[in-house]
Amino acid sequence: MLQKKKSKLLKRLRSGLSKSRTNLSYQIKNVFQREKITDEVWDDLEAILIGADIGMDATLAIVDDLKKQIKTEHIFDPGELKEFLKKELIKELNTCPNKINPSNLGDISIILMVGVNGTGKTTSIGKLAAQLRGEGKSVTLVAADTFRAAAIEQLQKWAERSGSNFIKHQRGADAAAVVFDAIQSLRAKGSGVNIVDTAGRLHTYVNLMEELKKIKRVTLREADGIPVLTLLVIDATTGQNGIVQAKAFHEALGLDGLILTKLDGTAKGGIAIAIQQQLGVPITMIGFGEEIDDMGPFKAEDFVEALLD
Amino acid sequence: MFQSLSDRLQNIFSKLKGHGKLSPSDVDEAMREIRLALLEADVNFKVVKNFVNKIKERAVGAEVLESLTPSQQVIKIVNEEMTALLGSTESKLLYASQPPTVVMLVGLQGSGKTTATAKLAHLARNQGKHPLLIAADIYRPAAIDQLIALGEENNLPVYHMDEKPEKIVETGLKEATKRALDVVIVDTAGRLHIDENMMDELVRLKKLARPHQILLVVDSMTGQDAVNLAKSFQDKLDFDGIILTKLDGDARGGAALSIREVTGRPIKFISLGEKINSLEVFHPDRMASRILGMGDVLTLIEKAQAASDSQQAEELERKIRKSEFTFEDFLSQMRQLKKMGPISQIIKMLPGMPSASGMKNLNVSDKDMVRIEAIIESMTPEERIKPAIIKGSRRERIAKGSGTSVRDVNQLLAQFNQTKKMMKKMLGMSKKMGRKGTFPF
Repeated sequence: MLQKKKSKLLKRLRSGLSKSRTNLSYQIKNVFQREKITDEVWDDLEAILIGADIGMDATLAIVDDLKKQIKTEHIFDPGELKEFLKKELIKELNTCPNKINPSNLGDISIILMVGVNGTGKTTSIGKLAAQLRGEGKSVTLVAADTFRAAAIEQLQKWAERSGSNFIKHQRGADAAAVVFDAIQSLRAKGSGVNIVDTAGRLHTYVNLMEELKKIKRVTLREADGIPVLTLLVIDATTGQNGIVQAKAFHEALGLDGLILTKLDGTAKGGIAIAIQQQLGVPITMIGFGEEIDDMGPFKAEDFVEALLD
Repeated sequence: MFQSLSDRLQNIFSKLKGHGKLSPSDVDEAMREIRLALLEADVNFKVVKNFVNKIKERAVGAEVLESLTPSQQVIKIVNEEMTALLGSTESKLLYASQPPTVVMLVGLQGSGKTTATAKLAHLARNQGKHPLLIAADIYRPAAIDQLIALGEENNLPVYHMDEKPEKIVETGLKEATKRALDVVIVDTAGRLHIDENMMDELVRLKKLARPHQILLVVDSMTGQDAVNLAKSFQDKLDFDGIILTKLDGDARGGAALSIREVTGRPIKFISLGEKINSLEVFHPDRMASRILGMGDVLTLIEKAQAASDSQQAEELERKIRKSEFTFEDFLSQMRQLKKMGPISQIIKMLPGMPSASGMKNLNVSDKDMVRIEAIIESMTPEERIKPAIIKGSRRERIAKGSGTSVRDVNQLLAQFNQTKKMMKKMLGMSKKMGRKGTFPF
């Protein structure tokens, strides 16, 4: 079962890329098939990394490091360069290991999902709920997005699909109050996972970020020892603003991990590398489709493989 | 951590300002900075390459080196090329001569289509039209509920049924004709540009609905992939224009330049917030000058005009000029400002604001506005006109009356004096610039 899921994941990631009309994949092939490592190879390599949204700073750091390695290891073949690049990226990604994830939190836990508008928070919650249900846990979806039209209904449908419980208030109600009620109910039951859906918000709105801080405060206070996991949902198509976003959410809440969504497209999600590097927040899960099981744990090797495929 | 593109370019230009004449190496340095800034702004790397080459070609030429103020020339070239890249004409919502005008919105998941659908309908209604929204996103859970809720909130009719998108659109269009509604806006499901089945569905919908305009909705935070998605949508659907969303965030929106360059299609609207009226017509020249740190003065003026009458504005201008600006005016200005939208957004549009030190960390919330209003309302009419008389005991009384502290009152008084100075300065600047918007360097 697990094997089947893993192969589906890789297949999905790859099929997205093979279908892509980008010349990025073509370019990658082209670079590593050249005869010698010339300046042009380095320029193209830079373009590939920037094209994957890894960003200027991280790209320059990676290329500099590679140049040094190539020199000490006496490498002249671009084909070998690719292996070095892979290792470099994997090393980079493994510097902040993903220690805690939704599955190893224990019998009772709370997961807060946050992010800007349209990154796929609610969908990710649905998928995560299905996964945890599959592990035999009791899951409750908490509708703390009381702002967006029909957000509550959307989450309710995912609760039905995944066989989870559902807690809601009216639209426009205080989000922290919903969270409060949900934790009381969790404590009364004594076990299970609360997954909290919060409203998408741009990190530039001070008031909305304050509201989110309040939700976290109330959660920590009421959780009183129950593990709380705060996950930021980042869209793989996001450019360099992703770093600014992640930084703002991290400063406001303290993030435990990232969920990188929409990896079934042509975007490579390189921004996650930049975020990891700058903030030390690990990528916990990845999302790659609309089906309820299109989500999996993040594996640096697979991710880099897909990135340079 | 990151400087904004406008900050960055302003830095470069302040470096250039120091020189009497531009050497080729100065130009090289500026180009390197521009390249970096554009890449960090998410402009696609190929588009950046072309753009920088174009500028360099023009900048190193005699045109710059022999001119009297080389820095002005470079700024002018960057501005011109960027405006040209963004599209050189204004775009509006075009109505068909034979109603109903059919507009179809397409895009990736989460780009903001449903919200944009409602906003676009609101805009059409403000232009005297009678819109109908068609909910054709049957895939995302509760997407139809979302559109219905938005319709109810804003009093916009929404057509929906439990059927396939083709059927929904077909009957929806008939409904529009039957009810004599003259603008139809179709909200389609978000989809990946490489999902062949879903893209084919859009092709079928296009054939069926024969939209007068297909608009691609793009998140302004999109990175390098923007070119791929735009190209795919263009190949399949040959869309007519772009709506750029979430510009109320701090993304630098380089995707706009990329998409414009690879598709040649105009950006028609920009979307800036959760409010129904936060959809604006896109002005390439203003966007370019905003990127260059000129501030979106023109948009601000336009907004102010919609919110206040011009006579009042003239009166105000006279008062500022004569330094007769009082707390009464401040209050009425603030109330008009509130009509224009969230204050944090308006501040961003002011020229010089993105880079003015100190202003960057200024977080003015709408809550602050309420407090300020309370303080002013606790002043006597005399105090409002002659703030200089507000000394110790008066300050205490005002603080008590407004439920604030003396510190708050002091702060407001200081702010008021600062505002007065700034407004005078701005007035002088806009006069110097004239309507054409030449550079005040």
